[in-house]
Amino acid sequence: MRSLIARFMGPRVSRDEVSRHSIRYGTPGFLLLVARVLLLVSLFLPYWHMELQAPQYPDGLHMTAYLNALTGDVAEIDGLNHYIGMRSLYEAASIERTVGVFVMIAFVVMLELAATIHTRWTALLVAPVVLFPVVFLLDLHLWMRHFGLNLDPNAPLSNAVKPFVPTALGRGGIGQFVTIATPGAGLILAGVASVVLILALYFHRRAYLPLVKRQHDESSHASA
Amino acid sequence: MIQSRTSHKRFTLSAAILAACGLAAPAGAQSMRDVESVAKERGLTTADLVAAAKTYLPSGQKDEYLMFASSGHAGQVFVIGLPSMRLLRSIAVFTPEPWQGWGFGVGNEILAEGFPSGKANLWGDTHHPALSETAGDYDGQFLFINDKINARVAVIDLRDWETKQIVKNPLTLSDHGGTFVTPNTEYIIEGGQYAVPWGSDYAPISEYKEKYKGSVTLWKFDRDRGRIDKERSFAIELPPYWQDLSDAGKLASDGYFFMNSLNTELATGGIQDKKPPFEAGASMNATDFLHIIDWRKAERIYEAGKVEMIKGFPVITLKTALDEGLLHVTPEPRSPHGVDVAPKGDFIVVSGKLDPHVTIYSMSKIKSAIANKTYSGTDEFGVPILDFDSVVESRIEVGLGPLHTQFGPDGYAYTSLYLDSAVARWTMGGSYGSATPEPDWTLVQKTPVHYNVGHIAVAEGDTVSPDGKYLVSLNKWSVDRFYPTGPLLPQNLQLLDIGSQGTEMPVIYDSPMGVGEPHYAQIVKADKLDPWTTYPQVGWDPHVQNIEPMAPKPKMERVQRNDDGSVDIYMTAIRSHFNPEHIYLKQGDKVRWHITNTERAVDATHGFAVPMYNITASLEPGETVTIEFEADTSGTFPFYCSEFCSALHLEMMGYLMVEPN
Repeated sequence: MRSLIARFMGPRVSRDEVSRHSIRYGTPGFLLLVARVLLLVSLFLPYWHMELQAPQYPDGLHMTAYLNALTGDVAEIDGLNHYIGMRSLYEAASIERTVGVFVMIAFVVMLELAATIHTRWTALLVAPVVLFPVVFLLDLHLWMRHFGLNLDPNAPLSNAVKPFVPTALGRGGIGQFVTIATPGAGLILAGVASVVLILALYFHRRAYLPLVKRQHDESSHASA
Repeated sequence: MIQSRTSHKRFTLSAAILAACGLAAPAGAQSMRDVESVAKERGLTTADLVAAAKTYLPSGQKDEYLMFASSGHAGQVFVIGLPSMRLLRSIAVFTPEPWQGWGFGVGNEILAEGFPSGKANLWGDTHHPALSETAGDYDGQFLFINDKINARVAVIDLRDWETKQIVKNPLTLSDHGGTFVTPNTEYIIEGGQYAVPWGSDYAPISEYKEKYKGSVTLWKFDRDRGRIDKERSFAIELPPYWQDLSDAGKLASDGYFFMNSLNTELATGGIQDKKPPFEAGASMNATDFLHIIDWRKAERIYEAGKVEMIKGFPVITLKTALDEGLLHVTPEPRSPHGVDVAPKGDFIVVSGKLDPHVTIYSMSKIKSAIANKTYSGTDEFGVPILDFDSVVESRIEVGLGPLHTQFGPDGYAYTSLYLDSAVARWTMGGSYGSATPEPDWTLVQKTPVHYNVGHIAVAEGDTVSPDGKYLVSLNKWSVDRFYPTGPLLPQNLQLLDIGSQGTEMPVIYDSPMGVGEPHYAQIVKADKLDPWTTYPQVGWDPHVQNIEPMAPKPKMERVQRNDDGSVDIYMTAIRSHFNPEHIYLKQGDKVRWHITNTERAVDATHGFAVPMYNITASLEPGETVTIEFEADTSGTFPFYCSEFCSALHLEMMGYLMVEPN
């Protein structure tokens, strides 16, 4: 069992070695730390904005999605959406909003762990975090698609507005409204974190792959 | 004068106009040449174009000042933006107003507070609005307005611009001397006018001197509750002199208020018996009396309980007032109209309609005359008369029919001249004098207005810190100024630019008022107010300015038949439906119909109108109302949203079906 954990954790580096090559061994850990900070900060920032512009709303209508909340003129937008038979936006992605913060905390723990592991398993822990922004947008798109294509056929304007797929990023339109969907600062930070993580993986590989290989060679020598 | 229409400087347009017009030709094709050609086509002078540039507001730009004007017989308050002079809103007060639902489902209980003797009085003659003040300056929180014909005072909350309270004066029936506030709105002063026996009881006019009473009422204002506190209010008995306009002292005159009077002759008319009519009898004496009342002393006397309960209301009798020395009078030019306290409170300006002067009294002289008992005698009720020459600072001949005075920030005062149809500008003396290039206490300019000006209002012109800049002349006659609207012509509110010193004081806008006769107005800097654009929360009861716990909520709509046979309807309104839409009642049901507008969007107002039942309500976003009525008429009644709230507004309806017995 212990050897299994040791194999999982990979080769340990002596303190002397670390201080001799502080850049080489420090960089991956530092980058993983940066990613963790970015992700933690992103928890408090909006992930996604949508602005609806129409003549009678001179200031526009604004909706902001956080990982765990939907804020802004949601009630007003819901009120308008009822005309075309769209369900209340509060019903969208409710599971995602419930678990969002915990997933993010799990990510942070995974990255913490990833920093202490010096094998290829690090990549497995980091990969979900790297993919997170893409998954977020994909999930958003699927919800929009689901809501837009499943309009209540008994709604007041069901004859005037056919099912449609609202745009998850960029400009779209429905009725007299122009919709502008933009990523929020949180999502951008998560994206930056993904880039940082990819860099972290590269430097991680550069630092530890030789050690892993040497350990591997030594163990095969020993067994031989 | 600049407003002369014969100006030959027709098309010599200066760059200043260009800038003022905001027409600094953008990338578009328009140029000043277009302005010239429009001016030529429409026969506009340079002065006209300057006036237009000073008053025109492009779409979306907001006025710098708000003018709260009474509306005379309309019984309401008009709010007009300056400099555009556009009517922004009427505020329903004493008179039912269908757009606001006032009296048809909204505010019925507030209107009912003001029914003397329980009999419905559904109009009022609003005269003198008074904005609440802090340290003698408008604070933008409340507005008070009197109903001259019935002696009522209303309180308007300037968060939602809605009337919250109407109080009926128990002692008198007319109150031309209201409303004026003390510098921190401790009291709202309501001067009684035509003397009547207490509570308007019967007494033949032959008993005028003994039974007919003058009075002034001090309504205590409870700012936290936003209501007049009737339990802490009191009145002072005065001789039956027809007390008229009033003004509260401030700074140098803090603690006092001043009231004119117009029938010190105690005339009782009787034209039918060949006796002098009131108009002659009440104008016989060369002077009437300016009343000088120490209200802080009066407050102490009231608090000490030295009052008589009359008609259930505490009154400091004339005898007590004299014993305690809180009332003095001094002669003033006859048939006075306005009494106006200067910004620092040191001078009090009185105009007698039948005297071409404004008379300026000095507060320090008044104070020393009181202290030294410099009396020229007492009147027939024993009121000490301060010697006129000992209290007067100056008299200035300004023109015929001077009525009311307002003040600028720069040492100028302005007086309306009813008979001359003009507004006079004159210089103040004392500590104000150095601000003007002209000598102290001199007439500087008279600008003709059209016609018969009553009150004038200068921006913040009756506060401790007048803004000047604009003056509105509230003219009673418009004669030839507008298209003739049948024999009943609109009033004419004219805007004067008083931003320059000296003789320049042109009329720059005419605004017809075809909906009532605004008497007095106060002009407040718009940024002093902080109005709500929606009610703070859904289920808001504007009457108490708080959440109504029983307000209908979404998903809790229902029709509830109670054990006592009454019916409560809990309804919500949101674009574009009411819920419920089917209401079944039985003829004779006592109904309480509760409706909440659950909207949060600005301007998403819904109406609620029931035909044949005389019901209409305006529900602003978040507001909840309760409409009580008896379903006495059987039938089928389509109720609907009477505001064009949405594209499906006509579909926002339901059926009330009242089953016959």
